[in-house]
Amino acid sequence: MAFIPHTPADVEAMLATIGVSSIEQLFDEIPASLRVKSLDGVPVGLNEMQIGRLMSERARIDGRPLCFIGAGAYEHHIPAAVWALTTRGEFYSAYTPYQAEASQGTLQLIYEYQTMMASLTGMEVSNASLYDGASAVAEASLMSVRANRKSKSLRILVPRTVNPQYRRVAVATAGNQGLRFEDVPYAPDSGVTSVDALKKYDSEDVTAIVIQQPNFFGQLEDVDALTDWAHAKGIFVIAVVNPTSLALLKPPGEWGSSGKGADIVVGDGQPLGVPLSSGGPYFGFMTTRMEYVRQMPGRIVGRTVDLSGREGFTLTLQAREQHIRRAKATSNICTNQGLLVTAATIYMSLMGPVGLKRTAEGSHASTKELVSALTAVKGVRRAFAGPFFHEAVLLFDRPVAPILTSLANRGILGGLDLSELHPELGYALLVCATETKTRSDIDSYVTALGEAVQAVRAA
Amino acid sequence: MRTHEKVIFEYSHPGRGATDQWPPELPASATADLPQHLRRSKPPLLPEVGELEAVRHFTRLSQLNFSIDTHFYPLGSCTMKYNPKACNQYAMLPEFLGRHPLAPESHGQGFLACMYELQEMLKEVTGMQGVALSPMAGAHGEFAGVAMIRAYHRSRGDLARNEIIVPEAAHGTNPATATMCGCIVREIPVNDEGDIELDALKAAVGPNTAGIMLTNPSTLGVFERRIEEVARIVHSAGGLLYYDGANLNAILGKVRPGDMGFDVIHMNLHKTFSTPHGGGGPGAGAVGVSARLRPFLPIPIVGLEEGNRYRWLAEKDVPQSIGRLSGFMGNAGVLLRAYIYMRMLGREGMSQVGEYATLNANYLLARLKQAGFDAAYPSRRASHEFIITLKRQARDLDVTTMDFAKRLLDHGFHAPTTYFPLLVPECLLIEPTETEGKDVLDGFVTAMTQIQQEAEQEPERVTSAPHTMPVRRLDDVRAAKQLDLRWKPTA
Amino acid sequence: MSNVPPDLQYTKTHEWVRTLPDGTVEIGITDHAQHALGDLVFVEVPEGGRTVALGEPCAVVESVKAASDVYSPVAGEITLGNPLLAAEPEAVNNDPYGKGWLMRLRPTKGAASAELMAADDYRKLLQAEGG
Repeated sequence: MAFIPHTPADVEAMLATIGVSSIEQLFDEIPASLRVKSLDGVPVGLNEMQIGRLMSERARIDGRPLCFIGAGAYEHHIPAAVWALTTRGEFYSAYTPYQAEASQGTLQLIYEYQTMMASLTGMEVSNASLYDGASAVAEASLMSVRANRKSKSLRILVPRTVNPQYRRVAVATAGNQGLRFEDVPYAPDSGVTSVDALKKYDSEDVTAIVIQQPNFFGQLEDVDALTDWAHAKGIFVIAVVNPTSLALLKPPGEWGSSGKGADIVVGDGQPLGVPLSSGGPYFGFMTTRMEYVRQMPGRIVGRTVDLSGREGFTLTLQAREQHIRRAKATSNICTNQGLLVTAATIYMSLMGPVGLKRTAEGSHASTKELVSALTAVKGVRRAFAGPFFHEAVLLFDRPVAPILTSLANRGILGGLDLSELHPELGYALLVCATETKTRSDIDSYVTALGEAVQAVRAA
Repeated sequence: MRTHEKVIFEYSHPGRGATDQWPPELPASATADLPQHLRRSKPPLLPEVGELEAVRHFTRLSQLNFSIDTHFYPLGSCTMKYNPKACNQYAMLPEFLGRHPLAPESHGQGFLACMYELQEMLKEVTGMQGVALSPMAGAHGEFAGVAMIRAYHRSRGDLARNEIIVPEAAHGTNPATATMCGCIVREIPVNDEGDIELDALKAAVGPNTAGIMLTNPSTLGVFERRIEEVARIVHSAGGLLYYDGANLNAILGKVRPGDMGFDVIHMNLHKTFSTPHGGGGPGAGAVGVSARLRPFLPIPIVGLEEGNRYRWLAEKDVPQSIGRLSGFMGNAGVLLRAYIYMRMLGREGMSQVGEYATLNANYLLARLKQAGFDAAYPSRRASHEFIITLKRQARDLDVTTMDFAKRLLDHGFHAPTTYFPLLVPECLLIEPTETEGKDVLDGFVTAMTQIQQEAEQEPERVTSAPHTMPVRRLDDVRAAKQLDLRWKPTA
Repeated sequence: MSNVPPDLQYTKTHEWVRTLPDGTVEIGITDHAQHALGDLVFVEVPEGGRTVALGEPCAVVESVKAASDVYSPVAGEITLGNPLLAAEPEAVNNDPYGKGWLMRLRPTKGAASAELMAADDYRKLLQAEGG
């Protein structure tokens, strides 16, 4: 079924109008040798009833285990209204708002979104979103090369406490244009980046430094000291943040002792009303200062007036997109994640400042409870000292992988095994609990962990 | 049509909120461990409205939009076909929605089966030997394609190959992508019939040629008839062929890019495979490759092991990969929708897409020609789209393509693509897609005919259109000069 | 037909050059260029003190349709970027050879300059380009 409404009578009339005798004749410009004979590799079509059964069976196989993994994607309660509204056909099946008169709904929504993100991050202006948090870091690096006129080195410092997938994507995306991404080690006891580790760059030409807060380990960085160091040397600060955390934590626009703040702020907006969905679609957000707005990639919506003096919204600064495409540090991005921005804007409108703050508080409290309960188990301890927010690294006295398998068999996803991404930590597990986890969930985890440890011992 | 809706902040009242959605309040001690100097001092500016207020506001906003669900939307090169509701419903089953990207493969065999089978079906319909699903948009897929071409040449020590050939009618992202990959762009001309100038191509290829980026059918809506010769010329010079899949809807099930000689293709799943446009995304730009480019595919990819177990193939399995392009594995939810759509189409449905998209385009072209409009390439068949030029109307009546586009809105049609491709002056690029019926197409012709008559007799009505939309002809000079990019409270 | 004052010199890339009495030169974009761009919304001019090479992009003119680089027709040191244009980019449209000047610079002695043509030759160039 291809959702084609034509009757045989329709087809006959249309062919007569065109002046051909068959649909096949319409392909006569295409050499016969190129025509497809058959598509045996594609199964025969299914009707809705059949595909519904197939998908339900596949979903049943995957089930719904209790999830204590964070690492860049976070499970929060999403009010039913968010996706009921987002999947309205007028939002879902609308195109990019190039014809502004026919797209005022989408355009105004994005304008509201831009307002919320700018304020949440403490910055002056936001774009209409990018693909995801990882590619947003890549775009921010390219933007810092364009905007930081004082630096020519194209060197970007990336502390090892930044999400390693974000670093990999930045390298894959921007490496071909000469940008170099350099590691900065973290202090092993606190799990954060110290200004001492940056001293070797004191008299070097560095274009930007990426600072993630909370960092990949869940630890809280000393963002003021790091920002002050960078600004004293004319280095751009690219902040990577979790938007839910910004209801509680100081936004990057206020980092640094002068209050000057970060230069570019990015992150993944998934926690704002977007389901986990195996990793996508999410959306990346980017905010900055007005002085850099012309270097910012992606779409931007502006408010203006029409012929009759009525207020309206339109895509603006589009000429600069084409200009960015020709410059050094080129970006080719020409989309935004419209549907996800719609969901996030509705989510933020429903939660408001109080709801978002309580979500952040609830997540912090749950993670602390989880860490407390797990570290009471013999052989489990925290990897780092110092404040953390809604994620933490735990060290075990034995390999983590078999324990996780055993937990999974009991319907619990215990966390992310860090042995591949951070082998220097030993038997390390990154755990996360959001406001969705109850005391009883945490008790289930502890019980299952006890059983898992017994099972592994017995094996 | 509804005309106006306030910005949501204008509904805010301090203390209001969707309180039923709020988690319980916790004592201050719950966050006492967060250091004072790292805490936020003032709340962010977010709306303070009740749930019903918010629902009304966003419902009303949606009613200010045109969409496929409400209007015929013949945007050339965008493939605005019906987005089947079943795709959304089954992609949003709670088990799929709730699955963490880093959940173990043991708790994802159902999802991974869908991804693997999607890879296989995309290989089959494009005639390629490898597919990766992670690029998150068409331009992202383009980037992956050109990066793979570069990686291939580099792996063979062919470091001088850094030129990408692009026909002058190409979409703007093509040259931008080439530059992002550290390449130089060489443009070649297109002749009056819409085909590439072969002599210009022969002169442009050489030892520095990394490859050529082509769309077939081209952005002019016509099939490049000597594509096999183009492939021969580029391959013998040592370059590779990249296929921009924006126009795949024209040939789905009828011709395969792999059979035409292409080495790498990006597909727009949000066009050809009907995933939602969503007001500007999310897309998915899956890439397909011939055997020689398989080692360079972006990761992760789904692999199938003995015992019918699916698993992710990543850095260790694909050591020469161009790398990761997304934080996790791309737009999984979009990929699920494309999977469901392709399973519903089945092998017989694929060719129906190409056939009926082409039938609809040729029918609409024939009727518009009969109605007196000028086709840009009158002697050529339409592919799934075609170009009408209004340069005669602009010259004789002082009524432009922009004016026609705005007046079409009053008739309840979203305008076709205007002023692209740049080669054809005052053009409309029209793509009806296969999911529109004959009566919708006839309605469009009627509207165009009426606007033409108006242009001859009462041009003011057309040049000052639209008349029935919530706003008319926004001042975009002012929008760019007096930047108002966020709402601010007054005093 | 666009305005081409006889007393100025012109480049292929549609800049004009005026030699000032003190030996510095004033540079802007031509009437043809401003018309092609449409209403300008933003102009970026270089800072005084900056050294520019021949052919180096040193200013940006941005309309709703396009953003274009402006290339320096001669090597030298910028003495002043037009301070009016930050608030009034439309001065380039309204008075491209007068109030809409972009920058002034002091040419490096003995440095080569771009091929500068006289008004007649620039007019011929415009005719050939079809404008």
